[in-house]
Amino acid sequence: MIPGSFSYHRPATVADAVKLLADLGDEARPLAGGHSLVPMMKLRLATPAHLVDLHGVAGLKGIKRDGNKVTIGAMTTQHELLASDEIAKSLPILHETALLIADPQVRYRGTIGGNVANGDPGNDMPALMMALGATYQLHGPNGAREVAAGEFYQGAYFTALEPGEILTLVTVPVPAAGHGYAYEKLKRKVGDYATAAAAVVVTMAGGKVAACSIGLTNLHETPLLAADAAKAVIGTSLDAASLKKAAQAAEAIMSPAADARGPVEYRKHVGGVMVTRALQRAAQRAK
Amino acid sequence: MAKTHVTMKVNGAEVEGLVEPRMLLVHFIRENLQMTGTHIGCETTHCGACTVDIDGMSVKSCTMFAVQAEGSDITTIEGIANADGTLSALQEGFRMMHGLQCGFCTPGMIVRAHRLLQENPSPSEQEIRMGISGNICRCTGYQNIVKAIQYAAAKINGVEFKEAAE
Repeated sequence: MIPGSFSYHRPATVADAVKLLADLGDEARPLAGGHSLVPMMKLRLATPAHLVDLHGVAGLKGIKRDGNKVTIGAMTTQHELLASDEIAKSLPILHETALLIADPQVRYRGTIGGNVANGDPGNDMPALMMALGATYQLHGPNGAREVAAGEFYQGAYFTALEPGEILTLVTVPVPAAGHGYAYEKLKRKVGDYATAAAAVVVTMAGGKVAACSIGLTNLHETPLLAADAAKAVIGTSLDAASLKKAAQAAEAIMSPAADARGPVEYRKHVGGVMVTRALQRAAQRAK
Repeated sequence: MAKTHVTMKVNGAEVEGLVEPRMLLVHFIRENLQMTGTHIGCETTHCGACTVDIDGMSVKSCTMFAVQAEGSDITTIEGIANADGTLSALQEGFRMMHGLQCGFCTPGMIVRAHRLLQENPSPSEQEIRMGISGNICRCTGYQNIVKAIQYAAAKINGVEFKEAAE
């Protein structure tokens, strides 16, 4: 399988990358880790005339703690997330999730920026970013802007990115100390996209849920924030009735595609199961 | 399409070539460098037969362009043996533990396991299984591949290899 012909560009700065993308127009695509785009090019489902490789751009890598926020450069790889003490300490749900993405080789190349910017409903990080209240920094011909993860996803492979814009930085507020977390992902095998997955971040007080957010992966054409499901467990001790209410509220907003991972009803059902399990496991971890 | 001049280090030797940007790294290694130990299996980033080591990372060379490897330091299966030509601990492990049947996945398995043992010199069985989860073998059922890597880890660490009871 050989991709179509293209010209290769390797800019050294964000400004140069943005200028190249603006000048080259629709025929150009930015290239991050390449583990979504290159397979699509080999199948000729993507045939960009120009690739703008971001690997040479300085300053797009790195994980930094900045007050009560963690910033992650877009070209930071999943492998680097897994190796980071800061991530393990401040955002352990990212560590848990990165381990469930693809396989070791893919994680050495795949980037957080590519994962969240591609708009593939099967990618795992976007639901997490919505649950954590993350924001994305976008650079384009008209300068930089910030977009909340919750407002970034508009459809399958359709995001708030304007032509010529690239995502450069992910900023994640650090959840409260002692928070519980879990990412539950049902998949057919290592490396597969989720049949259904749920991200939960929870804080407990006196055995009751004080705050909760829930994100859903691959259960709609975009990642989802299950706000009603989270509301259903606030103030409860996650008893069976509350868990059932939460699962039902989550299932009510799911509209997965029927595909090789199962029919719609099955995927919604296991989506509810993932929400239940993630809530229980997150609560067990909360202090 | 204009060709691009690339240089990189492969198994310790400086190499160069003229490539179209669309040339995949695995094709550059097999066709231009005539090193056919790196295999092409699925061509879809699933099977791991094309795994090479690039600047300390295990990479599926069917999912990277040769132009992207400019200036990098690559190790393929041809560079895994000891400097004197004897088998490395991993190669010896695969031989002693019968870690292969048809052998198609073996170059990728060994190059991947090489990096795994660099990062984690004493992996548990579970860590080995997760560590090679990007490499598919259709013959062995993985049992002897895991043993081969355990054998190599023991040899590198200078301890006696004991097979787990079955």
